[in-house]
Amino acid sequence: MSKYHLNHLKELESESIYIMREVAAQFENPCLLFSGGKDSIVMVHLAKKAFWPARIPFPLVHIDTGHNFEETLTYRDSLVEEIGAKLVIGSVQESINKGKATEEKGINASRNKLQTGTLLDTIEAHKFDAALGGGRRDEEKARAKERFFSHRDEFGQWDPKNQRPELWNIFNGKKNIGEHFRVFPISNWTEMDVWQYIYQEQIALPSLYFTHERDVFERDGMWLAHAPFMQLKPTEKVEKKRIRCRTIGDITCTGVTFSEASSLEDIINEIASTRVTERGGRADDKRSEAAMEDRKKEGYF
Amino acid sequence: MSQFEQFDNKGYLNMDLLRFTTAGSVDDGKSTLIGRLLYDSKSIFEDQLEAVERDSKRRGMDEMNLALLTDGLRDEREQGITIDVAYRYFATPKRKFIIADTPGHIQYTRNMVTGASTANLAIILIDARHGVIEQTFRHSYIASLLRIPHLAVCVNKMDLVNFDEEVFNKIREDYSAFSTKLDVKDIRFVPISALKGDNVVDRSTNMNWYDGPTLMHILENIYIAGDYNYTEGRFPVQTIIRPYNDEYHDYRGYAGRIAGGVFKPGDEVVVLPSGFTTKIKAIDTYKESIPEAFPPQSVTIRLEDEIDISRGGMIAHTENQPQSSQDIEMMICWMGEKPLTVRGKYVVKHTTADCKCMVQSIEYKVDVNTMNHIACVENLKLNDIAKVKIRTTQALHFDSYSKNRITGSLILIEEGSNSTVGVGMII
Repeated sequence: MSKYHLNHLKELESESIYIMREVAAQFENPCLLFSGGKDSIVMVHLAKKAFWPARIPFPLVHIDTGHNFEETLTYRDSLVEEIGAKLVIGSVQESINKGKATEEKGINASRNKLQTGTLLDTIEAHKFDAALGGGRRDEEKARAKERFFSHRDEFGQWDPKNQRPELWNIFNGKKNIGEHFRVFPISNWTEMDVWQYIYQEQIALPSLYFTHERDVFERDGMWLAHAPFMQLKPTEKVEKKRIRCRTIGDITCTGVTFSEASSLEDIINEIASTRVTERGGRADDKRSEAAMEDRKKEGYF
Repeated sequence: MSQFEQFDNKGYLNMDLLRFTTAGSVDDGKSTLIGRLLYDSKSIFEDQLEAVERDSKRRGMDEMNLALLTDGLRDEREQGITIDVAYRYFATPKRKFIIADTPGHIQYTRNMVTGASTANLAIILIDARHGVIEQTFRHSYIASLLRIPHLAVCVNKMDLVNFDEEVFNKIREDYSAFSTKLDVKDIRFVPISALKGDNVVDRSTNMNWYDGPTLMHILENIYIAGDYNYTEGRFPVQTIIRPYNDEYHDYRGYAGRIAGGVFKPGDEVVVLPSGFTTKIKAIDTYKESIPEAFPPQSVTIRLEDEIDISRGGMIAHTENQPQSSQDIEMMICWMGEKPLTVRGKYVVKHTTADCKCMVQSIEYKVDVNTMNHIACVENLKLNDIAKVKIRTTQALHFDSYSKNRITGSLILIEEGSNSTVGVGMII
């Protein structure tokens, strides 16, 4: 075995840092999309490493549906303070108030889809020319076709059949005025890689990822956290259970898992033995066979 | 106290990464093979399987169609074809794998080139019933052109030829006869049935005449640590790190990823294009300095002297420098809708540098089905492969692609559309 050898986590880290530096060098006004989930937390950690001892040279952007887990916001605010970054909030509630978005109706109403409009408006208002996202190709079949540097036209749309070829480690970020890029530095990471990396680097996470007691209810075979603004069907009843979140998104579409996992080691062991994908708990992906592709074409994360 | 079975964290943290690509023509069973690798290595989850079962039934299929696992776009699923490169991930206790699944259609050669550019290994699929066909030449030639170090030639659908040893031997002979023209040293042959699972992950009981390894055994054990260049020090500068804070007031570091060689503090280096020489003061990663750096590490290098370097510059060992020239000869694969023409102007991107260039001449075009050279060509169309000469507006610092896949590769960008229209491998 050669003495010059990187294990796969080091190799992935090195690739992601390279891509973040390319973004800082190729674009004038990039930003980092931050959801408060573990993937975007890893992204912030990688950005710290990429530019140390300088600060992260771009602001964090949070698209806020107003339907958050409280823990996510607490974590976000303390992280922003720690790294001294600027925080830009794009509010879905504001888009609704301005008449730019219409609230979904009915029992399964979610603001997940509405985020796209707010995201595109935020990108336009701040003239961001590149938005770094924590999307991974192993998450979903449409994401598996995504480039690291993903070109968006002036309407913010993705054209999956006309993507630029991406070879070696040469990334073409050239664009015309009004267009932007989505860049996915952790494209090649899997869910397990992300957890192993969090473990290896001892990265602090929101408490939601660890076991805790919460009011939950069952809908269509999925357990959701209860919040005051969520409508219940007559047959649905709120119970107290010990749960944790495997992914964190908008509270209305984030399924929770029954779990006693209280440490990173526990979580890794749990994931190693689980037989369901993390997005298996996401109501937003279950809407149709190509739900993710359709949202992505419109400009979703 | 943990209720969970202990997962081997230490083992996992020590795995390495193999990137491979799959090539085959339409209906050779590529998607099925990948589905099989994922399925038999237990990398497919229950909800994914349920979705595939549901979708298979919806399409009126009797058996579960593993291809639906990889065909992600709506059009692909509806037409039953693969349009774009899809990346797939799985891990065994030995390795983590990244698959670039590339379509086999002739018009999608650019996707195969894309998938091949980062691969350590290519799987070439041959349908046992059809043997070595034109597309096999094309796929193998591309693998060789992109210098994928290892090839695994899988003769698939052995179940449809009664697992006949003669069929396998004939194909191996045919392939070996033409592969002498290729620049690949390591070629292995495996008879498989992706559909039934023979010799993919589990050893076949239908082909006792075959005593070689299964495909998975090859993927898990092939030696890849030598696939980088560790001899010629190359560090293309991406960006400059200047903290402007009190603690690191005078800090000035050059951020980049090692493209070749091993760098250590104290090394004599030359800074290109200025040609000034200095020494490496320190090599930094996050909150620490390291004693040496090698490919593909991302690091920040500090130098003893204040020298003017910007993005696109290169730090190299003084005693072993790259070529620097404005005149560059290369093999090119054309990916643009509009043809490449002599005297055509494009933007070049090479490592972290970019400038403009003009095409000086097309030396010859390669007939990828015969590997013959075609002279006197006026222009290049989509998917053409040719040898061309370009002249750049400023000198590039490069090595031949055969020495270094990072400093020996470049892309051409069309002005106006900003599309990536050509990819070059420097000779």
